[in-house]
Amino acid sequence: MIKSKFFIIIISFLLLSACHNKKEQATTLASYECPMHCEGDQTYEEPGSCPVCKMDLVLVTDDKPILETSNEISETSIFNLTSDWKTQNNKSIKLKELQGKTLVMVMIYTSCQAACPRLVADMRNIEKQIPVDRLDNIAFVFVSIDPETDTPQKLKAFAKENRMDDNSHIFLQGSLADVREFSNVLSVKYKQISPLDFSHSNIISVFDKNGELVKQQEGLGVDNKAIVSEIIQTSK
Amino acid sequence: MGKIFFIFSLLMFYLSNAQSQMETIKKGSFIPLYGAVEAVKINTFEMDVYPVTNADYLEFVKKYPKWQKSVVIKLFADKNYLNEWVSDTIYNVSFKPNSPVTNISWYAAKAYCECQNKRLPTIDEWEYVAMANESQIDARKVKSYNDYILSWYEKPKTNVNEIGSTYKNYWGIYDLHGLVWEWTADFNSIMLGGESRGDGGQDSNLFCGSASIGASDLMNYAAFMRYAMRNSLKANNTSKNLGFRCVK
Repeated sequence: MIKSKFFIIIISFLLLSACHNKKEQATTLASYECPMHCEGDQTYEEPGSCPVCKMDLVLVTDDKPILETSNEISETSIFNLTSDWKTQNNKSIKLKELQGKTLVMVMIYTSCQAACPRLVADMRNIEKQIPVDRLDNIAFVFVSIDPETDTPQKLKAFAKENRMDDNSHIFLQGSLADVREFSNVLSVKYKQISPLDFSHSNIISVFDKNGELVKQQEGLGVDNKAIVSEIIQTSK
Repeated sequence: MGKIFFIFSLLMFYLSNAQSQMETIKKGSFIPLYGAVEAVKINTFEMDVYPVTNADYLEFVKKYPKWQKSVVIKLFADKNYLNEWVSDTIYNVSFKPNSPVTNISWYAAKAYCECQNKRLPTIDEWEYVAMANESQIDARKVKSYNDYILSWYEKPKTNVNEIGSTYKNYWGIYDLHGLVWEWTADFNSIMLGGESRGDGGQDSNLFCGSASIGASDLMNYAAFMRYAMRNSLKANNTSKNLGFRCVK
């Protein structure tokens, strides 16, 4: 009993000291915004007037972190998964390497004829509504549920075909077991029904820069307003 | 005296190795209740003869503290994980060492098997072995087989019974029915309705290709219950009547 109390004290000490580290390393740049927020969260690098309401721009006062490099993750963060993945560029990565970006994730397979093209279109439609200056803070991640077929080469071709072969679109191949584990974290269900065909749930998930799930959208072609505003909010 | 010691050590050896006993399941094919219209092929594999026990799991958490109840992270196990254990390395005094361990999440079960160089069985593998009774590979149409399973569903607290207390099936495997439900590797491949919100039907917007899979024999109520249970689970869930065993 004494031992476990001691343990709790040690743990809480660790947690407390962990909290102190959170604010460090947040780089900030001076930026200006319209006091009426005519263009939402649009900011400008130089003072002037708002192109919409013509009011003078004001200095953004809060220290917005441009890049979060703190290593603290919570118990529910997906960065607790230690699985190894291959990108469309055949680069080995762990999910934790994506820390710092807002992640918009979906599970697909490239030979899918029915739902996946629509899921990819949904991802594209979401992306279109994100202010350009936010895109640097966001990664769109496509995880294959058919890793035996979807090699990095296949994923690369798929990315090119969909004009998504750039740094903000990441296509991942994992092992069968790791893909299954990942699907459980996303609450995505899937089943292979023939060699090239899978049945799967259509869910787009948003994770914040520390890997916390903040929003899920279920279904195809659904109203994406809520998920878009969540992504904008999260990628600040 | 030496003889008694010899028998005693043999007995201890037997008990401590209960978890590593496996039997070979020969390849074959069958049409499962759910998920396939045509016969599913099963390759030869080995399966644990018994479910993983409290004693087995205690060894595991001692060796891998990551899975102790005060250490395990929320992503991998809900708050009921090992909830009746009095501490990280002591289970409830009322527990028998040879009872199946329960209140285990899917992540924990998967990690346990991987640490033994094994894995969780797929649903199809599990069902393939579990459709056998004492003498037949496929007893799904045998009345006594179904009656046995259904009468178990009505019995409370069978998880406190010891391993090996049910029948030994055709393959030499015990306790697939009658003790606890068991985790499978791909339990989340069951799609009886939408993700967690349970909108009932097989909405084709929710599940691509869902029209092509469905229960092939809804009359098989005993098995249907298992699929419905799997459908309702999330990987971090734990329950008093849900344990696991490994295969390789």
